[in-house]
Order: sequence, then C-alpha cells, then structure tokens
Amino acid sequence: MSARDDILANIRRSRGVTGNEAPRRFAVTERLSGAPEGVVPARGQVEGAARIAMFRTQAEAVSATMAIVGAATVADEIGRYLRSHDLPMSVRRGDDPRLASLDWSQTGIDVSCGPSDGADLNAVSHAFAGIAETGTLVLVSGADNPTTLNFLPDNHIVILAAEDIDPDMESVWRRLRTRYGKGVLPRTVNMITGPSRSADIEQTLLLGAHGPRRLHIVIVENRDAA
Amino acid sequence: MVAHPTTTHFKDNAHRAMLDAQLQKALANTRTGFIEKRVLAVSKLPEFDALRDSARDIKDHTLAHLDLYLEAFETKVTEAGGHVHWARDAEEARRIIVDLCKQYDADSVTKGKSMISEEIGLNSAIEAAGIKAVETDLGEYIIQLRHETPSHIIAPAIHLNKEQVEQDFRRVHTELPKDRDLSQPTQLLTEARAILREKFLAADVGITGANFLVAETGTSIIVTNEGNGDLTQTLPDTHIVIASIEKIVPTLEDVSQLLRVLAPSATGQDMSVYTTFSTGPRRAGDPDGPTNYHVVLLDNGRSNMLGGEFEEMLRCIRCGACMNHCPVYHSVGGHAYGWVYPGPMGSVLTPSLIGVEKGGNLPNASTFCGRCEEACPVRIPLPKMMRHWREREFERHLSPSVARYGLSAWAFFAKRPKLYQFATGVAMRLLGWAGSSRGRFASLPMASGWTKFRDMPAPQGRTFQSQWRDRGGAR
Ligand code: SF4
Repeated sequence: MSARDDILANIRRSRGVTGNEAPRRFAVTERLSGAPEGVVPARGQVEGAARIAMFRTQAEAVSATMAIVGAATVADEIGRYLRSHDLPMSVRRGDDPRLASLDWSQTGIDVSCGPSDGADLNAVSHAFAGIAETGTLVLVSGADNPTTLNFLPDNHIVILAAEDIDPDMESVWRRLRTRYGKGVLPRTVNMITGPSRSADIEQTLLLGAHGPRRLHIVIVENRDAA
Repeated sequence: MVAHPTTTHFKDNAHRAMLDAQLQKALANTRTGFIEKRVLAVSKLPEFDALRDSARDIKDHTLAHLDLYLEAFETKVTEAGGHVHWARDAEEARRIIVDLCKQYDADSVTKGKSMISEEIGLNSAIEAAGIKAVETDLGEYIIQLRHETPSHIIAPAIHLNKEQVEQDFRRVHTELPKDRDLSQPTQLLTEARAILREKFLAADVGITGANFLVAETGTSIIVTNEGNGDLTQTLPDTHIVIASIEKIVPTLEDVSQLLRVLAPSATGQDMSVYTTFSTGPRRAGDPDGPTNYHVVLLDNGRSNMLGGEFEEMLRCIRCGACMNHCPVYHSVGGHAYGWVYPGPMGSVLTPSLIGVEKGGNLPNASTFCGRCEEACPVRIPLPKMMRHWREREFERHLSPSVARYGLSAWAFFAKRPKLYQFATGVAMRLLGWAGSSRGRFASLPMASGWTKFRDMPAPQGRTFQSQWRDRGGAR
C-alpha cells in the first residue's frame, strides 16, 4: 500500500469508519461549500470614520505609522515620508494601475517597477484590503504588487483605499471570493500587522527582524464622494 | 537528537537544570512576560472564551472527518499546481524531502521555523546529503549555531542570555571585525539580519512548516513575526511545506477562529505580524514566488491517537501557552524534557509519538495545578491526559515509585547542604509564585489529604534557612 492509502486507512480504522460514509461525506461537503462563520468579535463592527479610527488605533499600537490623505496627494505624502526619515528619494513598485496613475512627476521621487532583488530600500504597494479588528493589511501576489516588495526593502509604504477597510477577516474572504472565485486563492495572500519584529533574545522586543523595519500606511479617502 | 531522546532521564535533567545558574537567570524571563501579555490581549477580546469553544469544536469536527478533509486538501493543492506527498513516519518524510532537494539540485536550503522539522530531525538528514541547511528564525539560527534543540516551541532560544548569543556570533561570524560592539540585543539582531539576508538570496529550496492547512483552498499558512518564513518561501525556486496531518482546517472562516485565539495565547498579540496564505506555485504573470510547491503530510503516530483517550491532544495549535503557565517548565526549562516538545503539551504528546517506554516518564513532570488547561486556547484537558499516562505507565510497571522518587531526591539534596539551600530556595519562590494570586493553595499535589478541606498557605518566597540567617538566628 502507498503511504497515502496506509495513512488514510489507519485514520478510518482509528475512527471506526465502517463503510457507510455518506453522512460523513455530506458533512464535509456542506462545511466546505457553506463555510459557516463562527464568532466575529464586536471590536471591528463599526462603520465609516469609526472603522478607519479603529484600524488606525490597532495598526499604530503595533508600531505602524499612518497618514490619511485625499486621492490627489498620495504621491506627495510618499515624498514627505521619505524626506522626514532622510531616506533616498527612490521607490520600487509593481504594475498596479492605482500606483502607476499617481502624480509622481512633482515629487522628485525616482520610481522603478517590478519585484525586488534585495537592493531596494523603499517599496510602495497597494493593499487589497484592510482589517479594522486588528489593524491588518491584506496584500495579494501578482505583477501588480509583487510579494518580494513586502519583505525585502527596509521601508514599506502601503496604500489602502478607505473603502477597502473591512471590519473583520470574514469580510476579506468574501472580497477574495468575489475576485478569485470560491475555493481559489492567489499564490500568496499576505496579512501584515505592523513592521517585522523579534523577541528571541531575552524576550526583548526589537523591530526590524528580517522584514521591513518600518511600515507606513497611507489611507486614501475619496473626498469628493463623501 | 531524535535518535537519542533523553526523556527517560527527566529526573536527572531536571536536577541539573535547577542547579544551572545561567539557565535559571534566563528562565526568569519566562515566568512573567508571556503571562502578562496574554492577560492584556485577552482582556481586549470579550469574545475570547466563545472563540475558544469555537476553536475546540472546529478541531473536533475536523478530526472526526480527518481522512476526508485531507483528501479535499490534496485535490485543491493539485488543482493549484502543487504536489502532495504522504509520509507515514519521520524516516519517510526525511527521505521525501532530501530526494526533492536532490531533484532540484539544491546546494543550500533555508528553513522557516518548524517543530515538525525538529520532530523528524530534518536538518541532519539534509546535511548528510551534502546540502547546507540554514535556520532563519533568529532563535532557531542561534540554537543551530550551538548545535542545540529548541527549549520552547515558539521561543526556541529562551534558555539563553544575550552574552551567550554574543559569544556564539563572535565564534561563528569570524569575517566581521573583532572589535565590533555586540553588547545590545539590537546589535545582535542587526548582525543576524545581514548574515541571513545573503542566505535567503542564495538558497535553492525554502522549507517551512505550517500552522494550518486549509482544505477549502489547498492553502498552507505560516504565522510569524520576523518575516523570515516569508523570505524562505518566496525567494528560492522551490517551496517545500512540512506539516503533520492534524494541521488541517476545513475553511477560511474556520481558520479565522483559530487565528483569533492563536496570537493572544502565544505572544499576547491580537495578530502576529505576518500571517501568510500560500496556494500552489507561482502563477502565470507572477514576477516572484517559487516555481515549485510541495506539501509533505506527516502522520508519525497521529492516526493512531484518533479515537483513543489522547485524541484531544491533536487539537493542539502549538501556541506554547501551557508551558508559559507551567511551574515545572518555569523551573527546569524545555531541555529537561529530553525531546522536541516540552511542557505540559510535550508531556502528553511525547509518549504518544515516541512510545511510553521512552516518554512515559514525562507525565510525572506535573504538579497538577491545572494552569495549562486554563490557558489552553483549544481547551485540551492536559492534566487529565497526564493522569491517563501515569495510569498506563503504572499498569506497565514501568513506574519508579513516586514516594521513592520524592524521598531519594530529598536524600540527594539533604546530604549536600549548599545544594539543598539553593534548591529549596528555587522551590519556595516557585510555590510562592504559584500561590501568589491569593496567597493560598486550594489544592496541592500529593497533599490533597490536606487541601481537600483547607487551603495551604503559599510560602512567602523565602526559605526558613535564609530568613533565619538574615535575622542573625544562626549565631
Ligand atoms: S496544548 Fe494548548 S496551550 Fe499547549 S501548545 Fe497546544 S494549544 Fe497551546
């Protein structure tokens, strides 16, 4: 018997599965297709400005920094951030049209496109969604926002549309299913909550372990529509 | 390590640990930090207990249908272009992984933190094939330099002080200036970051564990704070996931319940920094990510635990809360347990995995104070299971008499007054701490005849001898 058959047979034997598997199969199919929600904390269940405020409180509590700007000044905010930390005026980004269409021309920022090979100091990504409950960013892999940009550069700047801030993880699953289909995910979904850290030496918390040392979130409000 | 568990020597290991001043200093870090942080995180989540019930129920449902969820998972991974391998035991898992590394002509392999990798002794197998294996989690990297095993499932180097880490870095990183300052933890971290960056970029294969596997989507999930796991699985051409069969969860909704109890229980965070969902290899148009994606599913004794009195142990999500709250762990550390899994979860799991002959001793490493069960996010009745093991061990006549153990330990110390003073000092502080919430014990191991009817006052943290000395009583 193959290892696969052995293991599955052993599970069935230990379980005492005797033959009539229909009810068991039904329970599994039901759960996989129905994907019932469990307990969803009240913390994130707020609307509008309160939800943005919850997201902000949670993200800042884990040492992310944040700016809330109108659509026209996103590139300016990136420039301001780089200058305020004395960082070189260059960023790496993916092909995301929302990043490509930013007005970079007036900022003096040197913009290059594509994944990172480890030589980039600053990266700009566009988030797929945010989670207010925990101050978490959700990013998906692909040419628009290459996964390497989330981890190799020292400074990670993430743009997040205010209307993409969801109350909880469950709302993000709905959003992903709408985009990719039920039961399908992109190669990588990154949930990011604050900059990288380690407490492995004497339980002392230090920022900037292997991933970014700084995480700056730029929330874009659609002020015309408001 | 795996070939030579020292689980049967728990008693000797524990004695040695109690007398190791260096270790006792490091263990001081385990006694408060984790507990306080967890209390704070839980206080901000009023639904925590409801989430624990939900997490427990999801795990029970999954274990009741484990074969079917594993099949569903396999189908989804394959649909996404990945490969699933099945390993009955450690030997088979090592062989599958080493063969994959050879198949992809790997010279070097980076590794994210994985307890399963420790369980199967993967690194030595990879190295034996002439391939370099580099641990990239800071704690794992440090203990790899020292040729040690983890002493805690989420904080592998918690038994070390920063001076020891500095010595190791100076010993190994000989290409760096000798007069560099490494006195601060942040300098040690920066040095490790720079060294490991090179390793990440050079690796041919990245091996990670998985906190969860999702049947609905064929996804493996890692939960980390450093970002090393992500660099490990994103940069090399090949990503291999090694996971035991009970890591499976039905849906994304289900895993959300488990994630909500994991980080608060483990580190007191609401959410760890990086929770990463990986599904298959790089897609058409993806500019990065691995070209090959393999998942190795390991049984290694787990399917035998189903349907028996230790099935509930398979709910464990490896958060470490039980050891963080364990007075025995606090006083002896993780290595004394002699194999991969320490603390209460190790005391229950180890005999199941390596056999009662080798591990049956560990369930005695308990005061039955019940703190582990109170802290466990998936409500595993750890003390009850340790009792089950004791009964089994007793039936097998493997048990040295508890009374004789207690008496011979006392005799050992009593004949050595200096040791006696030190050991009783540790024990007093320990008991003082364990009873510190109310200054009383409602129950005390081996003294239930007393505590059944009255609380035992907790010691105030000093031994009679030391107080007597301070009061000049010795003269
Ligand atoms: S037994 Fe419970 S508390 Fe211990 S590691 Fe497992 S899940 Fe965490």
